[in-house]
Amino acid sequence: MAYPGSFKYTKDHEWIDLDGDGGRVGITDYAQQQLGDVVYVDLPEVGAKLKQGQSFGTIESVKAVSELYSPVSGEVAEVNTALKDKPETINKEPHATWMVVLKLTNPGEVDALLDATQYQALIK
Amino acid sequence: MEQVTEAPLKKTPLNARHRASGAKMVPFGGWDMPVEYSGLSIEHAAVRTRAGLFDVSHMGEIEIAGKDALAAVQRISSNDASKLAVGQAQYSGLLTPAGTFIDDLLVYRLAASHFLLVVNAGNIPKDYAWIAEQIKPAGDAVAVDASSRYALLAIQGPEAQNILQPLTGVELGTIKYYWFAHGEVANVRATISRTGYTGEDGFEIFVPPQSADRVWLALLESGQAVDVIPCGLGARDTLRLEAGMRLHGNDIDETTTAVEADLNWIVGWKKDDFVGAAALREQKASGAKRKIVGFEMLERGIARHGYDAYVGDVKAGVVTSGTQTPFLKKAIGMAYLPIEHTAAGSEFDVDVRGRRTRARVVPMPFYKRAK
Repeated sequence: MAYPGSFKYTKDHEWIDLDGDGGRVGITDYAQQQLGDVVYVDLPEVGAKLKQGQSFGTIESVKAVSELYSPVSGEVAEVNTALKDKPETINKEPHATWMVVLKLTNPGEVDALLDATQYQALIK
Repeated sequence: MEQVTEAPLKKTPLNARHRASGAKMVPFGGWDMPVEYSGLSIEHAAVRTRAGLFDVSHMGEIEIAGKDALAAVQRISSNDASKLAVGQAQYSGLLTPAGTFIDDLLVYRLAASHFLLVVNAGNIPKDYAWIAEQIKPAGDAVAVDASSRYALLAIQGPEAQNILQPLTGVELGTIKYYWFAHGEVANVRATISRTGYTGEDGFEIFVPPQSADRVWLALLESGQAVDVIPCGLGARDTLRLEAGMRLHGNDIDETTTAVEADLNWIVGWKKDDFVGAAALREQKASGAKRKIVGFEMLERGIARHGYDAYVGDVKAGVVTSGTQTPFLKKAIGMAYLPIEHTAAGSEFDVDVRGRRTRARVVPMPFYKRAK
């Protein structure tokens, strides 16, 4: 699966698709492959304030429970509530399935994230 | 993740094969084992619908032989080995004097006075030390840790017999469930046992370690037409849980008795004294205060090993195994609950990482194959 060049990535296998001072956050294809079948996603409430690297929820697969880490500092502006009933879309379309929309509070943090080339080198 | 320096992991004779085949490897009970080949759900479904091949060579083999071997086995094994004919096997417990599980095991009667005990990988030294000590009063019997002499492969699933039969002269149709026969598989001397840990029909095949790879490849080739696939420990765990089989270290251990684990059927109630007998008889007579149950989650979420179970606001028990079953497509598990809450249909809550999640007691096994 292609890793969109317009996304930024973390070493913890989240992506963020930036748009102005906001960004949609999800997990990468590599992450969903490692997790296997996702059965539950626990996401924060709208308005939650997150620091970069802070856990914003958990994702549970048949195999294990993993934390989700915020790629940047920000406030949760939207939550993808559809994932509650259809968590398997994360396996099917990891790069089209966002979990939260963040309103960035420290946009400078983006510079330290990985681009698609760097991320793909990381997971090789 | 932190790296902890430990003793080097042990390797089965098929380790190089697993690595060359791209299996995902994990440490398990001191062994470097494949947890996944093509994917847990895919492997699970293969075993339920066609067949899967497992390397379970990490399992331990302890032999007990000598004139008084039967008496020795009777002393350390909870089940009644006198009921075994030569060529027959039984599930049993290796118990403490308190009736709790040092391990669970299969007891094979190789000859009138020669038994083979198959034990869990992580428990081999502990089991062997215990057995060697406990059988001393039995008389003329000696225990040998023969684990390094055996590789063990499991071919499991409805197609297992069709895959194995072309490779052996042994008439597999004559081997009943929990019986075994000696013969050759792919021209390798083997003991073929109609047993498994998946809830499906299938065979476990004991072969010399140096021939394990040859037999592994022969089984994969013979099963090509029905798309047999190699499987890892991940699928083995979800399969055994669906089948309601206990896992030592999770569902049974040195804190849980055979009665509490609802395994009265592996206790030889009528046989003479054995380790744990007095405690179990007393508990059976007075009634256990808690018992293991199977449960289904009524709300989304997976109850996992170690999660607390609540009845109302009271912490009442603990989950010992839990998963989302790839085949039944629901979250199931096992838990110990107070005896008054163990009837099928009783509801309780599991603390799933801070969230109270409803569960209901259901009969085990969760999955039973069509005969």
